[in-house]
Amino acid sequence: MIAYIVRRLLHGVGIVLGVLGLLFILFFTVTSPEGMATKALGEKAPPEAIAQWVTNHGYDRPLFWNPESWSDTLLVDHYYSMLSFDFGRSDADDRPIMDRIKQGAKPSLYLTVPLFFIGLFLSLSGAMLVAFFRGTFIDKAGLVVSVLAMSIPTMVYIIAGQYILGKVLLWFPISGFDRDPTMVWKFLMLPVIVGMIESLGGGVRFYRTVFLEESNRDYVRTARAKGCGELQLMTHHVLGNAMIPLLTQVVVAIPHLFLGALLTESFFGIPGLGAAMVEAIHGNDFSTLRALVFIGCLLFIVAQIVTDIAYTVVDPRVRLK
Amino acid sequence: MTQPLLELKDLETSFPSSAETVSGRASVVEGVTLSIDAGEVLALVGESGCGKSVTALSILRLIPKPGRIERGEILLEGRDLRTLSIPEMRKVRGNQIAMIFQEPMTSLNPVVRVGDQVVEAIRLHEKVSRKAALARTLELFEKVSMPDAKARLRAFPHELSGGLKQRVMIAMALSSHPKLLIADEPTTALDVTVQAQTLELLRDLRQEMDMAVLLITHDLGVVNQLADRVAVMYAGKVVETGTREDVFRQARHPYTKSLLRSMPALAKPQEPLYEIAGSVPVPGEWPAGCRFVTRCEEGDDFCGEEPAPRRRLSHSHACWCHRVEGVQDES
Repeated sequence: MIAYIVRRLLHGVGIVLGVLGLLFILFFTVTSPEGMATKALGEKAPPEAIAQWVTNHGYDRPLFWNPESWSDTLLVDHYYSMLSFDFGRSDADDRPIMDRIKQGAKPSLYLTVPLFFIGLFLSLSGAMLVAFFRGTFIDKAGLVVSVLAMSIPTMVYIIAGQYILGKVLLWFPISGFDRDPTMVWKFLMLPVIVGMIESLGGGVRFYRTVFLEESNRDYVRTARAKGCGELQLMTHHVLGNAMIPLLTQVVVAIPHLFLGALLTESFFGIPGLGAAMVEAIHGNDFSTLRALVFIGCLLFIVAQIVTDIAYTVVDPRVRLK
Repeated sequence: MTQPLLELKDLETSFPSSAETVSGRASVVEGVTLSIDAGEVLALVGESGCGKSVTALSILRLIPKPGRIERGEILLEGRDLRTLSIPEMRKVRGNQIAMIFQEPMTSLNPVVRVGDQVVEAIRLHEKVSRKAALARTLELFEKVSMPDAKARLRAFPHELSGGLKQRVMIAMALSSHPKLLIADEPTTALDVTVQAQTLELLRDLRQEMDMAVLLITHDLGVVNQLADRVAVMYAGKVVETGTREDVFRQARHPYTKSLLRSMPALAKPQEPLYEIAGSVPVPGEWPAGCRFVTRCEEGDDFCGEEPAPRRRLSHSHACWCHRVEGVQDES
């Protein structure tokens, strides 16, 4: 078990290094530093200004190979700054990127943690309900509503939510944020509701399939034959066995918690990391974007390792070697 | 006459079918009438697809949807189980009637320790503490001759062999001293040596606990070892019933005779083993008259026109065949 974890972590290190390589190719060779400068300064910027921008941001060094000093290249600098979490300064406003990340993490978590738990609870309950009534009207109605909910674009939910709940009914502020923990819930209600409705359709559909597949297994029949009630059957037997597909789905969602929901945050004016990412894209802030993408990848890799280890906890048949 | 423990009267269970039927459903079990006395072993015999398992599941009302029981009575000590509410039915399942299944490999919950699964069965029907239930489980494990019983309480199903898993299933079934044990092909999935041990165990336990057993099998060797009475099923209907001697010594229905002839233990040496030509037709495509007519060696044209009547051959022996002489009764 410990040997397995150590090996998985070493694999993880390899994957991180590979991801950094891909990021470098994306950010420095697909778009050249001059390209970034043109984007930042505009098409009509004079060549001197562009050269100045490139020099100011330290992008004037060689990409891969510097005959004078091997370590003075963008590649080495890229690996070093990412791995040491010293992301440098923003290309847009010259503020330290780490400050922005620290600032944005909290609002993102405020939004996504309740969204995640309430959403998971409702998806699971809804899925259990339709799975329990499989083949009946409730199941079919649930299916139609789920597919409908999945098919409507996020934007529609956001705008409809803001219009109906915010503008017409005046229940919640349309957008905004307050860092005071006692006030913040007011601003979070609407985005949480909208985000939940948006995620519910897909969640119910996915978990329904998982539950139905488990409900047809022989051990469920055995449990019924010994006199087990339907509720105990679902919560005790089926849920326990559904944990593996469930874990896969749930743990992979955790990195999204941190990075926030891109659209939701920017539309509701929540200054989280999702909003920061959208801002960075709009503002041609390549260095911030690179740091955020890297953090996202890192969280994904960690989540995958955690999932694999969690499998052993929920399923005694899984033995890690 | 004393009341039988369990009586099935004219049981019919159907499933949706792609065959051309008016209702879009086909009956898999039709007009099945059986009775089991307390302490008796009744073997239900027949090829795969004859409706044996569906009959068994119907008794506990565990027919998976969209299958359903169409008509008939399921009388447990005179009480019709079909009239019970679901909570009442739950008190019958695993308590008065317990069931063990063909596939011990998949019939236990893979993520729950086997001891806990038996504990759950006990506590579903009795208000006892977990600790007391666990002590009972250990006794049950010892009763089913589980080697190293104490350590096995904490084992997961995948850590046990098929035979041991079936022992867990049996322990679970016996946990509340059922009056009737339904054993649906309990040894089919096991190795031959383990089959013998499991059968022996079932035989001993039945005597010790004085419970009736409905034994479902296609293995006539198993029937010969365990059964007091035998009911032969073909294509959803009972075709012959009688004591073990009746059926093994004086089988009258052509299907029963064919089954016996295809038993390796009874076959004559040097001769190729007999086999019944063809296979059981799919539900919904059963002949209108006697259902065995398509594979029968003795039948004539008339057999295919009308269902065969019940003919009483002795007080214990009956047969549903046009070609058999006997007292025809109306029931």
